[in-house]
Amino acid sequence: MDNPVSLTILKRMTHDSDLLIVGGGLNGPALALAAARAGLTATVIDAQPVAQLTDAAFDGRAYALAMSSVRLLRNLWLWDSLADNSQPMLEIKVSDGRAGEGPLSNFFLHFDHAEIEEGPMGHMIEDRFLRRALQDAMADCPPITRINEERVTDQETDSTGVTLTLASGRVLRGRVLIGADGRTSGTAARAGIRRTGWDYGQTALVCAIEHELPHNGIAHQFFMPPGPLAILPLPGNRSSIVWSETHENAARFNALPEDEYIEMLRPRFGDFLGDIRLAGGRFSYPLSLSIANSFVGDRLALIGDAAHGMHPIAGQGLNAGLRDVAALAQVLSDASHRGEDIAAQDVLERYQQWRRFDTATLAMATDLTNRLFSNDNPLLRMGRDLGLGAVNAVPALRRGLIREAAGLTGDLPELMQG
Amino acid sequence: MQAGHSTIDLSEVAKFEAMAAEWWDPNGKFKPLHMLNPCRLDYITQQIAAEFDRDLGAEKPFVGLRLLDIGCGGGLLSEPMARLGADVVGADAAEGNIPVAQVHAEQSGLSIDYRFTTAEALAEAGEQFDVVLNMEVVEHVADPLAYLTACRQLLKPGGLHICSTINRNAKSFAMAIAGAEYVMRWLPKGTHEWAKFITPDELYELMRNAGLEPVDRKGFVFNPVSWQWSLSARDLGVNYVTASVKPA
Repeated sequence: MDNPVSLTILKRMTHDSDLLIVGGGLNGPALALAAARAGLTATVIDAQPVAQLTDAAFDGRAYALAMSSVRLLRNLWLWDSLADNSQPMLEIKVSDGRAGEGPLSNFFLHFDHAEIEEGPMGHMIEDRFLRRALQDAMADCPPITRINEERVTDQETDSTGVTLTLASGRVLRGRVLIGADGRTSGTAARAGIRRTGWDYGQTALVCAIEHELPHNGIAHQFFMPPGPLAILPLPGNRSSIVWSETHENAARFNALPEDEYIEMLRPRFGDFLGDIRLAGGRFSYPLSLSIANSFVGDRLALIGDAAHGMHPIAGQGLNAGLRDVAALAQVLSDASHRGEDIAAQDVLERYQQWRRFDTATLAMATDLTNRLFSNDNPLLRMGRDLGLGAVNAVPALRRGLIREAAGLTGDLPELMQG
Repeated sequence: MQAGHSTIDLSEVAKFEAMAAEWWDPNGKFKPLHMLNPCRLDYITQQIAAEFDRDLGAEKPFVGLRLLDIGCGGGLLSEPMARLGADVVGADAAEGNIPVAQVHAEQSGLSIDYRFTTAEALAEAGEQFDVVLNMEVVEHVADPLAYLTACRQLLKPGGLHICSTINRNAKSFAMAIAGAEYVMRWLPKGTHEWAKFITPDELYELMRNAGLEPVDRKGFVFNPVSWQWSLSARDLGVNYVTASVKPA
């Protein structure tokens, strides 16, 4: 092979990694680890320094991991180090509430994990523990290369791979490009993939609290006229709070000093956990739906919020992202074992087919739930109370919803099976 | 180059030659083959791994194996085999397929020895392989026994022969000819002649007569809900695949 065309091709053939993953938050590292397990190599590029990604202090952010997500972490050998710092969710109580009433509505929807055989519906884990576990695992995994404090400035594809140019001028070559860079994904934008979505006119306020009385592993979700409020149990007498308000109220509450912020939260919360105080920082996220018009492109796949930024009403954002990870890892692994080009159009299309329908259904359901419950119309309010009561009275329907919340429905990827 | 002595029916070769340029478009004329390919590859890779004790999770698990892909077309099977490390010869009796396959292999950065020749000509030349892939060819040849005998000659002792084809019954007529050629327009009309189709038992008998020992057979089943193919141990009603070995 001594003609110039062949030389160009040979040069192109040397790949730094099979996967070039842009975004080193949660889904990107999880995919790198899942791919490594299948014998593929990955480079993970992130703008932040590792030290910032593994900050040991609790900043107030936490996730409700569905059982399917816990299984994925277990299959990636991450769960043993996380289990001790997690809080099992044994029950979920859903009710309709009004500011000041707290969880006092007559109509409860009550999910108890004892009704399904698989165990707790999920686990609460603090963001810092999950991030650190992922970073530590990547550091110990030779097929994975981490590149931090770097930004992608250009991406190009050809018949054998993808070429990324970084801000420093460094050039990387891989077989397939993964956009794990969030709902404003530069990877998707550079590939010309447009997005569909809308603003909910709401902002999610997120914080952690310490409380006087034990939570007993019970998660609460109150649907209130301004938006939902979730109380999610953390280890010890602590809970993670996610509440939604109008943009104006949220901006006002965020500007308040800590004691006044708690005073705003207290009447929404009720007094069933005794006295409360802030533990960690306060965060706010404007709520909007943002779905990429395609999850795949030329040698490109999008995962997590880069594919589908969802309303975090049921903590489904990370769980949906980890489902992308498990599905894509399986598609790539199967293709690699068969000798297929892992970035071939029909290979990546299998991932898109698997995930797009699930995602659209979930986004619609979450959106509808929020629209139905974020309303103070007395008739609608009575209707949904009766509806919740009816669901609660039918065990089979209730068990179905428990399994749905635990992430055990649909076509489960191998990494999420028991 | 000449195709040499051949059992290939020349009028059939011309039909495929006309379609050669579109081999690699997953949504083009060869869409049904692209859809079937993952399922075919699963069977082939698993049979090779079992026969030669290879780990499919390893890098290039088929290194050291010499493999012949008969009727290689655009290289839909040859390329994956080369990617898994096999030393691949792709043979096709349609001359037009060879440059198409060569160009694509080069684009994919793969080294594959594509030849305009037939199984019979290779056997006469004394070529030998660890694995012979004989996928969707036997229903197009004029003399299946002579053809399968050539396949046996091409194998080293202990070598593996994978052969897939279409069953002959009312269902296969409806699915493969009426369905795929006339209704779905998946394949050009006249691609298949139903009378040339072979039942699994007939194929086992032919292989034994050709000196091959059958070891396994499975059906390829299309699920119209998931729109995907899968392997079935029981349903060999339409498309099916077999594994046989040349006794050591």
